[in-house]
Amino acid sequence: MADPAVELREVSKAFGGDRPALSKVSLQIGSGETVVLLGSSGSGKTTTLKTINRLVTPDSGEILVRGKSVGSWDPIDLRRQTGYVIQEVGLLPHLSVEDNIGLVPRLLGWTEQKRRERTLELLELVSLAPEAFAHKRPFELSGGQRQRVGVARALAADPPLLLMDEPFGALDPINRRKLQDEFRELRDRLNKTIVFVTHDVPEALRLAHRIGVMHEGKLLQLDSPRTVLERPADAFVRDLVRLDTKEAVLGS
Amino acid sequence: MEILQFFVERHDEILSKTWQHLQLVGLSMFIAIFVGVPLGLLLTRKEKLAPPLLGFANAVQTIPSLALFGFLIPIPIIGGIGMRSATIALVLYALLPILRNTYTGIRSVDPAVVEAGKGMGMTDIQRLRWIEVPLALPTVIAGVRIATVLTVGLATIASAIGAGGLGDFIFRGITMVDSRFILAGALPAAILAIALDALLGRAEKRWVMS
Repeated sequence: MADPAVELREVSKAFGGDRPALSKVSLQIGSGETVVLLGSSGSGKTTTLKTINRLVTPDSGEILVRGKSVGSWDPIDLRRQTGYVIQEVGLLPHLSVEDNIGLVPRLLGWTEQKRRERTLELLELVSLAPEAFAHKRPFELSGGQRQRVGVARALAADPPLLLMDEPFGALDPINRRKLQDEFRELRDRLNKTIVFVTHDVPEALRLAHRIGVMHEGKLLQLDSPRTVLERPADAFVRDLVRLDTKEAVLGS
Repeated sequence: MEILQFFVERHDEILSKTWQHLQLVGLSMFIAIFVGVPLGLLLTRKEKLAPPLLGFANAVQTIPSLALFGFLIPIPIIGGIGMRSATIALVLYALLPILRNTYTGIRSVDPAVVEAGKGMGMTDIQRLRWIEVPLALPTVIAGVRIATVLTVGLATIASAIGAGGLGDFIFRGITMVDSRFILAGALPAAILAIALDALLGRAEKRWVMS
């Protein structure tokens, strides 16, 4: 791959305990590509994600973002140029929707006028009427609306890279499906490099350009959804993406 | 009725002692907040300092107040008789609730929210300013409320070392075995405590709402 946007080289991490959280994970993510890390809890998918914005420092190995080792990035700069969406709790409960979305631009020193314009634009983008939602506080929103605000906030400073950690995990199936469809549309329109973490197989199949299946700290397979379904790397991957899933997704 | 008449006759003195009392409480609380809140924030950043400092503040609370006022009298510069040493003692008592509530308030902020801030690229100071302090503020204000009510009561005892205030009435009442004097001190002190508590309670609620 020429000039990957994100590259991990034999990244390992142990938090103590019996086995390492990550062992020798290597992967390359192309610019504009969406890679979904799929695995059960404890598989190391979230830890992998957090090594990319330096919330976790690996014990060994190297992580490159746009060709530069994350160790040599200023962590604050790196994070401000990386959108980060997490499940449910990511919004600051004491700030309005508008202030939440404008937070990173504010840290970057944008003028109030520019922040405001950007916030309104983003609310439109994630299908929330600005006049109805800008002044609401997170607790006044439904789960789906909160997640939309979370996505809008991550996009605020127009970062080339987005990290999403189970962003739709707390939603009911209907809303989840709706946000997934919107996500696909945004993905194709915005051309961001996205690393997306989930434990939900249909979600991974729906959203990924490539799926990285993780188990016990290892990356078992990194391939397109079709390849993962049709030629699973081993018995674990095959069992994970069971036949019924295949029918549910490819049949629809 | 006899008491009411007493209050009317002495209203000048009662008002001036109440004012003196309020000044003593106000000054002590101002210093206690000024010292306690930053110190509490510091403890969340230097965890090792927390047990000894909170332990010290706890220990101070166990000293009977009359004894603490007494201890301060012979100490040069900071001690002696009057408002200054009384203020020092009151600050020491008010410190614990403020210190402890600031420390636990910050520590009980959801770590996921703090990490979200970190993930957005906030520096340590920005996380404190944008996330931890605003979310801990209700707890901090609750600590200030407790400390204020405590201080209004304790300040009556400060009269024993010549700090003035409503305690003057109470001590006079005890010496003269005249409950009218005791009430002239105790009643305004109680009203003061309730009023200040209600005032801070409103500040607390307003913050939670906004």
